[in-house]
Amino acid sequence: MSLTLPEPDRAVLARQDDLVRQLGRLVPQAVLIADEEGRRTFETDALTAYRCLPLAVILPSSTEEVSSILRFCHENHIKVVPRGAGTSLAGGALPLEDSIVLCLSRMTKVLAIDTLSRTACVEAGITNLGITQAVAAQGFFYAPDPSSQIACTLGGNIATNSGGAHCLKYGVTVNNVQGVRLVLMNGDIIDIGGDHLDASGYDFLALIVGSEGQLGVVTEATVQLIKAPEGARPVLLGFASTEAAAACVGAIIAAGIVPVAIEFLDRPAINVCEHFVAAGYPPDAEALLIVEVEGSDDEIEYLLEKVEEIARDYKPTTVRRSQNAAESALIWKGRKAAFGAIGQLSDYYCMDGVIPLSKLPKALEEIGNICKRYRFDVANIFHAGDGNLHPLILYDANDGMQLQRAEQCGAEILKLCVELGGCLTGEHGVGLEKRELMYVQYSDADLEQQMRIKTVFDPEWLLNPGKVFPLEGRPPQ
Amino acid sequence: MRLGFHAPETAEELAHLVAEAVDTRTPLEVMGRGTKREIGRPVGSGSVVSTERMTGAILYEPNELILVAQAGTPLAQIDAMLAENEQELPFEPVDLGPILGYAAGEATVGGMVATNISGSRRVLAGAARDYVLGVKAVNGRGEVIKSGGRVMKNVTGYDISRALAGSWGTLAIMTEISLKVLPAQREVRTIVCFGLPDATGVEAMCLAMDTPFEVSGAVHMHPGLTTAHSHADISGSGVSVTAIRVENFPAAARYRASRLRQALAAYGPALELDTAASRVFWHEIRTLKMFQGTKTPLWRIGTTPQGASKLIAALARKIEVSALYDWSGGLIWLGTPPLTDAGAVEVRRTIAELGGHATLIRADAPTRGAIDIFQPLDQPLMALTAKLKQAFDPAGILNPGRMYQGL
Repeated sequence: MSLTLPEPDRAVLARQDDLVRQLGRLVPQAVLIADEEGRRTFETDALTAYRCLPLAVILPSSTEEVSSILRFCHENHIKVVPRGAGTSLAGGALPLEDSIVLCLSRMTKVLAIDTLSRTACVEAGITNLGITQAVAAQGFFYAPDPSSQIACTLGGNIATNSGGAHCLKYGVTVNNVQGVRLVLMNGDIIDIGGDHLDASGYDFLALIVGSEGQLGVVTEATVQLIKAPEGARPVLLGFASTEAAAACVGAIIAAGIVPVAIEFLDRPAINVCEHFVAAGYPPDAEALLIVEVEGSDDEIEYLLEKVEEIARDYKPTTVRRSQNAAESALIWKGRKAAFGAIGQLSDYYCMDGVIPLSKLPKALEEIGNICKRYRFDVANIFHAGDGNLHPLILYDANDGMQLQRAEQCGAEILKLCVELGGCLTGEHGVGLEKRELMYVQYSDADLEQQMRIKTVFDPEWLLNPGKVFPLEGRPPQ
Repeated sequence: MRLGFHAPETAEELAHLVAEAVDTRTPLEVMGRGTKREIGRPVGSGSVVSTERMTGAILYEPNELILVAQAGTPLAQIDAMLAENEQELPFEPVDLGPILGYAAGEATVGGMVATNISGSRRVLAGAARDYVLGVKAVNGRGEVIKSGGRVMKNVTGYDISRALAGSWGTLAIMTEISLKVLPAQREVRTIVCFGLPDATGVEAMCLAMDTPFEVSGAVHMHPGLTTAHSHADISGSGVSVTAIRVENFPAAARYRASRLRQALAAYGPALELDTAASRVFWHEIRTLKMFQGTKTPLWRIGTTPQGASKLIAALARKIEVSALYDWSGGLIWLGTPPLTDAGAVEVRRTIAELGGHATLIRADAPTRGAIDIFQPLDQPLMALTAKLKQAFDPAGILNPGRMYQGL
């Protein structure tokens, strides 16, 4: 609990009742939550160590309502924290005491599906999985698939540029969104991109995606759809060392094969998954890879054969090729249950650093050493193809001292990632959590340029303030 | 500062130069090797700054699919380096050099990202900007800034790297670029249909895209454009040509091509190009061979598959046009007659009615100075554009006016 939010604006706090009344009159169709019990539901996100009650929570049902609300807040100098499903692991949706939470979870409509352009236009509150469900009948899917895809919203995915297990082949959110309807803090509604690919002009879309709700509120988006492959199947590979598994990942890619997913589990993760799910993971392996490929049956057989051939150089202790849908589901079941399984065992603090793939063995070794120094157990489960690590630091949340030490331990791990040539966050975002670490990765000039962009969109810094940038960071003059 | 040509060797030297230009209020024309210098409004500055002396790969890790190159590295050098490891730039960047009077492969990696002009594989693999992982650049204040990095995933702060893609040197001068690369496919197959009217050609392309066979190129061209191709059956056909590409390992590419031929049977007897013939054909598309050897105006129009043939039909009622549809109809390379406005009035009016965006890629200098080259923006997007320019280049010294008059 080492991070704080900016000092609240006392004048705004004093006007709470009046502001709520005015908001209610302004957008009578929107759901307005002002009672303490109701607001309590929104006091935190998936970084649950931090909690704060907002002034009010408002759930609009249209872009026009979002525009009215933002214009009102702009005129009254009220901070706004945009929120989707509140699954941020970095505190990106944590309210401020003097803020309104603007929650888009009621805006879930599919507005248009265009199978010729292979796009869907949807409201930003739709869940990630909801998009795929809406287009599956036509044989399409929406590619980014973060672990929280049942719950998380497209708007939240856009805010953090979410990835997922399949992004090695299909890219992350920024590669799969081609247009947004954006409401600026002053209430202006702007369409960026849309039906066409690569419109000329500055690539505002690249700035919006991954801006953590600080530049505007996305209310609608046009996403690209991908035709589902004929089939997909994984192979499970167990290794006697993490080094061997890591080297095998590099060798697969060097051989010209880009699997749709390469997932990596270390021994503690394997044991926990096996204990809870019994997916048949080899308990003696130090590291496990799940490598999935796509195509026709013949193509899948050919590619899996190649993958296994490459793996043999690294002396795998287990090679289990899925032969059918049921076996595939079982192999994936362990991986998909991993976070939940570990959660049943212990509280955990999930990190999100990225490293160059060639540094994987060194990174895992060093992470182990750091955690040992802090006397924490750690489990590693991550997307190996892209070097995005998710060390889970296991700690006891009821012990305030432990939380603080877990945060320090996490910060050391992230610094290590940057030292190895990587970055602080691959898909969770900076949020509140990594705000103060930004100088580890960026210089003053780098951050000032980013802050100038924030000021372009939101000159008074009212949208989701206190996140992303170090707190002493001020908009440069 | 001294007018003329400047080619610094390091980002720090470049930063010093830009700072000097700011102090003396000297506008800078920004370029790599200048192969796209004739696109956009003429900058008309006496001072040119080039990245051509910053060349070479800083880091290439084939096992990680990562390439970090200095911005002035020619694409021919990048392509050769990747080919040695059987890898490639997945978005198959269009080489505009040959249509503008320069050699193929001369363009730089910095210019490629700054213009974000992606080739036929964009329809499957994404655009140049999608493969940008990080940049080092000098902004209009003369500060060296970096964004992103050399890893596949990075959401640490705002994505300035991608925002510089397509900014035509007006926000910052890139000095170093990290790119994701991919394995090159060993086998290429192309199914070619003949004589389809535009609407039917687009329909065939969409049908191909609606299969699980990962079509990596879908083009349709007017009869007058086919003669430039070296394949005799194509150049001698005298009718429109629709070509669809699949790439994979050999058995898979052959399987997918045969399934595609079945799917496209209704569009008449098709020709199938093998790997060698396919590579030649798609290289000719990538270098826009059908538009080489002339100086007549050329437009690049972004549209949608369902709007594409309507747009061309509407234009053809007003002016003489020849069209190469790429991206399954999502992009049109449009040749217009040498009118004083390059056909801009008709192009802009038709797009205003039917949607889309148009950029004039080739025209003489007087024309370029007189009309909008890039698609004019609506307010408030134009206002935001001006503010973003201001946030990077407050003195307005980097390529002033190149994209928009007065900016």
